[in-house]
Amino acid sequence: MNERIIGRVRRVNGPVIILRGVRDARMLELVHVGNGLLVGEVIKLEGEEALVQVYEDTTGLAPGEPAYGSGMPLSLELGPGLLGSIYDGIQRPLDELLKRTGTFIGRGVSANALDRSRRWGFVPSAAKGSLLAAGAVLGRVQETSRIEHRICLPPGTSGKLISIAPEGEYGVDEVVAVIDTGQERRELTMVQRWPIRVPRPARSRRPPSIPLVTGQRVIDTLFPLAKGGTVAIPGGFGTGKTMTQHAIAKWCDADIIVYIGCGERGNEMTDVLTEFPHLVDPRTGKSLMERTVLIANTSNMPVSAREASVYTGVTIAEYFRDQGYHVAVMADSTSRWAEALRELSGRMEEMPAEEGFPAYLPTRIAEFYERAGYMDTLSGSEGSMSIIGAVSPPGGDFSEPVTQHTKRFVRCFWGLDRNLANARHYPAISWLDSYSEYLEDVSSWWTDLAGEGWARDRKEIVELLRRETRLLQVVKLVGPDALPDSQRFVIEVCGLFKNAFLQQNAFDEVDRFSSPLKQYKMLSLILAYWRRGAGAIKRGVSLGELKKIAVLQDIVKMKFTIKDDDEEAFAKLAAALDRAVDRLESAYA
Amino acid sequence: MPELKLGPDTERRLAAAREYRGLARIEGPLIFVRKTHPVGYRELVECVDSSGSPRLGMVMDSSDDLVVAQIFEGTQNLTMPDTTVRFTGKPLSLGVSTAMLGRVFDGLGRPIDSGPPPKAEREVDVNGRPINPTAREYPRDFIQTGISAIDGMNTLIRGQKLPIFSGNGLPHNELAAQIARQAKIRGGKTDFAVVFAAMGVKHDVARFFIRSFEETGSSDNVALFLSLADDPSIERIVTPRVALSLAEFLAYEKGMHVLVILTDMANYCESLREISTIRGEIPSRKGYPGYLYSDLAEIYERSGMIKGLPGSITQLPILTMPNDDISHPIPDLTGYITEGQIVFERDLGGRGIYPPVAGLPSLSRLMKDGIGKGMTREDHPHLASQLFAAYSYVKDVRNLASVIGEEELSPLDKKYIAFGEFFETRFINQSPDEDRSMERTLDLGWEALRRLPAEELHRVTDEELDTWYGAEVGG
Ligand SMILES: Nc1ncnc2c1ncn2[C@@H]1O[C@H](COP(=O)(O)OP(=O)(O)OP(=O)(O)O)[C@@H](O)[C@H]1O
Ligand SMILES: [Mg+2]
Repeated sequence: MNERIIGRVRRVNGPVIILRGVRDARMLELVHVGNGLLVGEVIKLEGEEALVQVYEDTTGLAPGEPAYGSGMPLSLELGPGLLGSIYDGIQRPLDELLKRTGTFIGRGVSANALDRSRRWGFVPSAAKGSLLAAGAVLGRVQETSRIEHRICLPPGTSGKLISIAPEGEYGVDEVVAVIDTGQERRELTMVQRWPIRVPRPARSRRPPSIPLVTGQRVIDTLFPLAKGGTVAIPGGFGTGKTMTQHAIAKWCDADIIVYIGCGERGNEMTDVLTEFPHLVDPRTGKSLMERTVLIANTSNMPVSAREASVYTGVTIAEYFRDQGYHVAVMADSTSRWAEALRELSGRMEEMPAEEGFPAYLPTRIAEFYERAGYMDTLSGSEGSMSIIGAVSPPGGDFSEPVTQHTKRFVRCFWGLDRNLANARHYPAISWLDSYSEYLEDVSSWWTDLAGEGWARDRKEIVELLRRETRLLQVVKLVGPDALPDSQRFVIEVCGLFKNAFLQQNAFDEVDRFSSPLKQYKMLSLILAYWRRGAGAIKRGVSLGELKKIAVLQDIVKMKFTIKDDDEEAFAKLAAALDRAVDRLESAYA
Repeated sequence: MPELKLGPDTERRLAAAREYRGLARIEGPLIFVRKTHPVGYRELVECVDSSGSPRLGMVMDSSDDLVVAQIFEGTQNLTMPDTTVRFTGKPLSLGVSTAMLGRVFDGLGRPIDSGPPPKAEREVDVNGRPINPTAREYPRDFIQTGISAIDGMNTLIRGQKLPIFSGNGLPHNELAAQIARQAKIRGGKTDFAVVFAAMGVKHDVARFFIRSFEETGSSDNVALFLSLADDPSIERIVTPRVALSLAEFLAYEKGMHVLVILTDMANYCESLREISTIRGEIPSRKGYPGYLYSDLAEIYERSGMIKGLPGSITQLPILTMPNDDISHPIPDLTGYITEGQIVFERDLGGRGIYPPVAGLPSLSRLMKDGIGKGMTREDHPHLASQLFAAYSYVKDVRNLASVIGEEELSPLDKKYIAFGEFFETRFINQSPDEDRSMERTLDLGWEALRRLPAEELHRVTDEELDTWYGAEVGG
């Protein structure tokens, strides 16, 4: 390692260490600490001392050992080979680590994030002699059968293209273009480096207007997320944060998924790794792994790398956004990241604010979510990054600092409800606590798809759910028999809506994903039952008769039995429902 | 850089021979030593008191001029001038071997039965290292425990970490012992080795387990690590790590299926809090350190299966919830790490129902991939889901009944009451030595559902209704 010695260890008591005799270290410089060359980052400079956050276990590190400076900040390698990879929090490839140190992760291992032995078919698209702005596309690599990797000029680099490699196979290290920047001739490979803590620039931000279709009915229909938007999923343990994130990672209509396992379980990452390659994207027919990048810094891996992992994830996401893709980032769980901040802050002996969290917690949360957005990219295309952050509140209590601060900075909130989860009502997203500020933004998209009826129907069902809550309170006190049939029917319809629509079985081949159109057809049918039924009750039909309509059983099961594009089946059900109510009403005519 | 350079390492070993006499400070379980050679973080320390008996400890903080170490056996009777300290230059390690099965050890892994010290096949760092997620094999094989509340509703999977959240006086020990006795893989014989770690529990609890293992003649397959209530509390921090080091050796090097019972994790957490307080760290909730989550994860994540290796580690940590409060940091953080939880309910216990497993908050997260056709029985997933749904409605009905009186309930709701009664007293309830087959458990589930009309059963298919609901299975 040809790095300079920047100081020597003075004190070790965990992941934050102190160096002495430091004169020329830089803030946020990447360093290698001790004889084991543990990876770290300078986080504070004071006098001749430097505070270093070490990304690996510091067991055995002793005072007096040297620290080497690399002269650059902690950065990622961005280029072909990212897709389908699994990295730790500081972008070390876990499969490469497995080869080097076996089942258990070793320390001080440095491995290239992008495989140097692989060759990629590069097709130039920029013309020699042309003037290129930062972010311009130089050429393309078909990275997976599904994703074309666009090799762009790094932000901050522009000039005249002096030469560009002809179509052919290249390693990521090979020069594919030479640029005259005005000051110098710069050779460019297919790899860019970018520091994780610096947002990648875009030309401008656009207001979000297209939903990120997740195929999850309670989300798309009731609390939609927009492409480029941000959402928090808070919930106590076992309420379904990870399942929801997995479901979205599998079925949403983003081009690229970055899944960050931040301080969570090892087996959950293994689950993704074993399942995704075999799952087929309903839109492209390709394996889901071809659009996915995994960051795994599990709960038992070093806590400082956990802090870095979310930045690693969003930086990779921004890189694909800059190529003109729609990227969805899942961070599970942002609370573990916040706790890592707290732990590191404690080790630095900073003044704590609420519950021991550092005073800058809200700033960090805001900065993180601010990196999301729908952008005009430097390359002249449109791309977006949406962030879906899980929050794990202690005791499931949403009044704690991480949930509260997150709520200030996201525009969509899917609150998980312990009671729903206990009753195995999945996804346990509460229809009372959740909200989406993107509703207005995406409603014209829905109107284009489903017609004017969508907004009206959605509003009606939300209104019914509110009425039901009030009625249930009465029932709790006096029992259901005290209510007239017209009110009990509200409860009945809401019960049907919960069973037939809101509950969605993540393990069922058909039910796990519903297209927007199917969602709308389902909603319409349930509302048809409501409207026709309410009319029938006015005419004298009893609730008991309405509940016995045979076609209801088919409505309850339509999520399993009717495929996405089968409009005819829905029309048939609707007709059957009409006939059944007609028949009941005719007896009272 | 894969291998450490030779130079500094040899240096360290030479320095390790050096001894220091006299301490700068003693506080709680911590000792402070000034002016040492460079000492590694988390290095093992041996400290000898004036009477010549050695105690072990670990470096918590190492700097140019001061080293802080925690002494596992406590600092009682240590004096400042007469204590000698030796830094060993290596982390706390354990010599592991198959011969450790059938033996009893203290909380630091030293034998306390009358036998000779087992010959170590290998020395391992008790702190372990994180398993590379790409090395893991996703666990899918179910373990039959013969207990309906578990097999039917919260199926245990080989390689899972599934804690028991209990309360004082509830039969968590009985349940853990019963699982250890009865656990088997479908079609196979009972092939589990048991590693048992006691932290701060009373002697009679340890005796209860020992007797239970003896009675079934399985003692030869059990290794016990005991750090009991009257042992120094700081030792408990090491005990689960020592136990898991042996478990990892047995599972991943010897190909065994290992069941690890850790009791009581609440005592473990209390020891952690004690040290954190003494070190003056900023506490998070209820005085527990902010790193409690990460620390517990270091323990719980040492379970699972590894690709290409035959063995597995299944963890059954037991913890008593302070004040029966599931939102207390200890159960709460545990639940955030483990793959589900078996929750005890005092109410059920009070009604004499064993095991008093609460229907709704209990959950096995790995169950979904280990049950159903070809594994347990094809009706199992929907049956379990239906039982959960129906039982959850029972709770609503009972609440309503407490307001308006059971008489006033609708005929349907009365059926739910009957279902709930059957479910608790016949399905959940069984005797501590009853080993129910999976078939029997599932049949009992259908028998419970037969208290309800078929139209109420939305979560099962029509075919399942035809096959199982209608069928007359002998009770
Ligand atoms: N949509 C769903 N469909 C079916 N089962 C679900 C669904 N959501 C959650 N579950 C069940 O709930 C369990 C817990 O869900 P999940 O792992 O997502 O919880 P979590 O909120 O991420 O918990 P933690 O905070 O502890 O990680 C799952 O293992 C599964 O059994
Ligand atoms: Mg989770």
